[in-house]
Amino acid sequence: MASILDVHDVTVAYHHRPVLWDIDLTLTQPCVAGIVGPNGAGKSTLIKAILGLVPLASGQVQILGEPVSRQRRRIGYVPQRESVDWDFPVSVLDVVLMGTYGRLGWFRRPGSRERDQARRSLARVGLEGLEDRQIGHLSGGQQQRTFLARALVQEADIYFMDEPMAGVDAATEATIFSLLRELGEQGKTVLVVHHDLRTVTQYFDYLILLNTRLVAHGPTATTFTPAHLRTTYGGRLAVLDEAAEAVSAGERTP
Amino acid sequence: MSLAPAVPFTWQDAGWTLAVAILCNVSCALLGCYLVLRRLSLLGDAISHSVLPGIALAFLLTQRISGWPIILGAMLLGLLTTLLTQTVTQLGKVAEDASMGVVFTSLFALGVLLMSSETVRNVDIDASCVLYGLIETVSVNRVTWLGLRVPQALLTLGPMMLLTIAFVLLLWKELKLASFDPALATALGFNAGGIHYLLMAMVAAVTVASFEAVGSILVVAMLIVPAATAHLLTDRLHWMMVVAVMVGIVSALMGYLITRYVSTSLAGMMAVMAGLQFALAVFLAPRHGVLSKIRRNTLLAVRIRREDLLAWLYRREEQAAQPVPMGLTESPASVQGLLGKLAVLSARSQGLIVQQGERVQLTEAGRREAVIVVRSHRLWEAFLTENLDLPLDHLHEPAEQMEHFIGPALQQEITAQLGQPERDPHGKVIPRS
Repeated sequence: MASILDVHDVTVAYHHRPVLWDIDLTLTQPCVAGIVGPNGAGKSTLIKAILGLVPLASGQVQILGEPVSRQRRRIGYVPQRESVDWDFPVSVLDVVLMGTYGRLGWFRRPGSRERDQARRSLARVGLEGLEDRQIGHLSGGQQQRTFLARALVQEADIYFMDEPMAGVDAATEATIFSLLRELGEQGKTVLVVHHDLRTVTQYFDYLILLNTRLVAHGPTATTFTPAHLRTTYGGRLAVLDEAAEAVSAGERTP
Repeated sequence: MSLAPAVPFTWQDAGWTLAVAILCNVSCALLGCYLVLRRLSLLGDAISHSVLPGIALAFLLTQRISGWPIILGAMLLGLLTTLLTQTVTQLGKVAEDASMGVVFTSLFALGVLLMSSETVRNVDIDASCVLYGLIETVSVNRVTWLGLRVPQALLTLGPMMLLTIAFVLLLWKELKLASFDPALATALGFNAGGIHYLLMAMVAAVTVASFEAVGSILVVAMLIVPAATAHLLTDRLHWMMVVAVMVGIVSALMGYLITRYVSTSLAGMMAVMAGLQFALAVFLAPRHGVLSKIRRNTLLAVRIRREDLLAWLYRREEQAAQPVPMGLTESPASVQGLLGKLAVLSARSQGLIVQQGERVQLTEAGRREAVIVVRSHRLWEAFLTENLDLPLDHLHEPAEQMEHFIGPALQQEITAQLGQPERDPHGKVIPRS
């Protein structure tokens, strides 16, 4: 059977400066995985690289045995809340409906079937009754839940969420948590960029520790160890930083 | 600048001139909505300048100064502007606005060079006509179409508007998605970059189709101002487009009407009318408008002063251990002044105080209100002492601010957290409502 996610030796560079080094990561079993690491570790970049939103300097990514470009329908994506303009003149329902666009393809508009689906999805995240609000009138937590509802209508098999719990209220965090559990029980795979170490063992059954390189990955029980955390948060590898500087400058290191 | 020519007024001329202006304004307003929402307003300006070499080249190839070859040439240059801007940003590590500035001025200069060359100069095409347009003479320059003598510009602008409307309707969902969340668009398999280039090509086409008729000043204004006005007034994309189109049409009508009496540039007057509508929207917009902000702020200021007055009366009663009428002149500074007078007035009209001359006294309802404010004040002081480690004389000021913003739910949360406190840090009783 093809693995769910196969990240093969992926390096990502911005302006010729590597920010992720030779990430090699294979997920064979469905899991709810946390991607954890310090600021600047490349957590969001890893997700964007997998989704093809930033170019790979080397390596390749396969999802369910195929290149990502052929598996778009099976992938759900929750970007960071700050990545969009919340003054944009659309309603909550409009935003959730965008999750159905991939399935609809070019030119076809969402119909009543999609609308019903979007409403159900909004109810699942506790936003019923807010369908017609302009998105700027929502609280931060409600905005995050709108994004989650949008990912849910994608009916994907593998979800990528970029810091869904950053700066949200307790109610929203609880909703997200129960949603993660629900998706896990349905046999879906969810990768979540996360920064709160206190909740890692509670939320995730799989852990990916990242600090510009893959430090460790595996079931949370065996991966969430003091030794691994020390390596992850104990600063970047000086050699990698010097090497990145040299590649960016196009010169050999001293 | 070409001023209104001394041609005798006829309804037919007026109709044709307005039709041309409206066709142009509607196309610009529709596409402008996307530019404004994607924060690319200035790219419209850039493209309107950088299409000039495209126009010149198309002319050199076809020897005609209007029609579809010119529009195609402009679309190509529009794409080239977008492409070059991004390339310069990436290659030269130049900020995007700087690279846009470099690209469009260079291309515009190239266009001016081509326009001034021997071959082109001998024909009736010059850069100023591109800038200001010749809308005043648009109804004079006619061709026969279906047996009708119609302005030549109508035959390019008409199809251009239909093309724009078709573009917006056909790609409605794709344009909305790519404008709102380009990353998601790409993740869903829609080529956000491709949609962006397509939009820029359309902007270039509409821009150049409108050049000869109305000039680039009106085009740039119509790309941005109606859309920006509509953005202030609406919160749905389709309504934004409807309002933008209406602003464009009203600008054309009013601009034309005024230039019937005041002899000046018609295109300029239409652009000014759009600006006027924008200024009105800035004042009157329901949510972000200046007037509604002033109204909100005034209401808040009066409420704060009214609550300060009630709290002051309550504290005096507390000290005297009985209801006492107080002279308004002794009231705290915040209750003085014009807003203070309004606060007294509103407290009286709501039955919170009774007033006899200069003396005021709490009513039963007023006392209930005052308890809420004073309770919030003292709970906040207790909360600050517990959590922020502030000296005793630093508590009153922040509590004086926060007492107006703490409602029953938060009061409960604080009392629960502090274990039902009876007294504030100064030893005063926290009243119960």
